[in-house]
Amino acid sequence: MNIIETNKLRKVFNVRQGKNGGDQTIEAVKGIDLQVRTGEIFGFLGPNGAGKTTTLRMLSTLIPPTDGQATIAGHDLLRNPKQVREVIGYVSQVGGVDVTATGRENLLLQAQLCGMARHEAEQRTNELLVALDLTSFADRVAKTYSGGQRRRLDLALGMVHRPRLLFLDEPTTGLDPQSRARLWDEVRRLRSEGTTIFLTTHYLEEADILADRLAIMDHGEIVAEGTPKQLKQQIAGDVISLGLETQNGAAQHAHNLLNEQPYVREIHPSDGLFQLYVEHGEETLPAVLRLLDGAGLSVRTVSLSRPTLDDVFLRRTGRSLRESIE
Amino acid sequence: MTFLRHTQLIFMRNVRRTLREPAWIMIGMFQPVLYLLLFAPLLDNLVLPGYGDTSSLNIFVPGLLVMIALFGLGFAGFGILDDLRNGVIERFRVTSASRLALLLGMILHDVVVFLLQCAVLVVVATLMGFRADIVGLVVLFGLLALVGLMVAAFSYALGLIFRDESSLAASLSTLTLPLLLLSGVLLPLSLAPELLQTIADFNPFLHIVEAARALIHGDMGHNSIAIAYGVVFVMMLLTMQWAISLFRRATA
Ligand SMILES: Nc1ncnc2c1ncn2[C@@H]1O[C@H](COP(=O)(O)OP(=O)(O)OP(=O)(O)O)[C@@H](O)[C@H]1O
Ligand SMILES: [Mg+2]
Repeated sequence: MNIIETNKLRKVFNVRQGKNGGDQTIEAVKGIDLQVRTGEIFGFLGPNGAGKTTTLRMLSTLIPPTDGQATIAGHDLLRNPKQVREVIGYVSQVGGVDVTATGRENLLLQAQLCGMARHEAEQRTNELLVALDLTSFADRVAKTYSGGQRRRLDLALGMVHRPRLLFLDEPTTGLDPQSRARLWDEVRRLRSEGTTIFLTTHYLEEADILADRLAIMDHGEIVAEGTPKQLKQQIAGDVISLGLETQNGAAQHAHNLLNEQPYVREIHPSDGLFQLYVEHGEETLPAVLRLLDGAGLSVRTVSLSRPTLDDVFLRRTGRSLRESIE
Repeated sequence: MTFLRHTQLIFMRNVRRTLREPAWIMIGMFQPVLYLLLFAPLLDNLVLPGYGDTSSLNIFVPGLLVMIALFGLGFAGFGILDDLRNGVIERFRVTSASRLALLLGMILHDVVVFLLQCAVLVVVATLMGFRADIVGLVVLFGLLALVGLMVAAFSYALGLIFRDESSLAASLSTLTLPLLLLSGVLLPLSLAPELLQTIADFNPFLHIVEAARALIHGDMGHNSIAIAYGVVFVMMLLTMQWAISLFRRATA
């Protein structure tokens, strides 16, 4: 069963520009169809400005879609926003901690706003303080928290009412490796309890390791969707990364030469660095090196790898996700 | 039931926030108390036209209450700006709590602070010789509660529109000063030229000040009281409606 179904969900922003420019429209989300299955960890991967946050804000009832429909746990997003809100938890990219209150007060209030009685709220607060390792500073005003501490409180706030569906917008940005690992554990634990998790991320590894299924978004469109394994398998074979000396048209020469080889399926050059998609990388690599050497082209660096999600992104958009992020 | 509960939760949350920074309560009262201490004594030797031998304090104190409403409570909208920026409002809005309850909880906190400030002012004035009719004073505080809802809702609406401190401050101060001057707070408007008096008739705060003066005097039958209650009640409904519709749409 699908807990989220969207049908041509679209969002256009009208932005008033400076003095001479008129109104500008930005199509942040271009009519996407998404299915998220009940009980899975669904990853939403994409570079800055791809439209991830906008999609999440529509699905969590914060902004109305320009066009299209969606159902969340069977409730129509537009007609029954209240029922939708009862089902979901949402941790926004910028967070939502009340910095004038303590962590404990934040959690208590959130729990009670979600309908818990006082003692139940206290119990749940204590549970979450322990689960997210917040106990040692729970009674300090949140103004005094470090970025990572505040982020963990954000996450606790999103889970207070044990939502069936939890949206996490870049939950691990700003967390140290230890906190990130702890969060991954927490997310997996929530899944084992039956919660569906929809998270966005910039981190390829995070999407790869954590998500059961994922969608890759770029410029408001879904460019790929599937399990990490399926997606990587679409890039058959292996990836050889070559660093070449590029003086005197050597790059062009190398490109032409490599293009003629039957075992090279695809080439993606970017100043001096070539990504070759080949079959049977272990056997092909020596042949490539011999070929370039024989043509008098000097190879500075070489590496052989299995395709990553970045290769999937590169294949679909012609850009590297790593570069778009850094 | 849940509606009241959620209103109360947000109310208490804002009370806790205020108690952590109680200085803000003082700041809202600072100007009116200064006027009381440093300006009111000057009025003693003035003969104000149209007020007979009423003590000058009795004429002046109602004006100062309006001044707290405009210069203190008028700036209540600032309280929501940080919450909007920090994503707190968004977090609340994703819960199933009623939006009206959320907004009302915040506004009621500001109204309670305002009524406390008014009470302090009345106490200080009493120490200086101010005397008010008790029943009239109770009815006056009822009127002030409505005024509080009206002003706070208005201020939140502007906060939700402008979203940042400097433009909110600019718009509020351009609005509050003329409202204050045209309510006959400092000197009675009977001194003003006819044109100004006509304009001032459209100022709800003029009617509030007149009703307050009648109530303090114990003049319960004075028609300004019904006018003030009526005008303020209608305007309160309008500003609340405006604020809640902006709040429903609010996205940071
Ligand atoms: N309120 C808004 N008004 C106008 N344009 C907006 C608004 N919110 C987002 N946009 C635009 O919509 C596009 C998508 O933004 P969005 O925040 O959804 O991207 P994102 O994928 O979350 O990016 P990031 O990884 O940087 O968080 C961007 O071009 C952005 O400038
Ligand atoms: Mg985002």
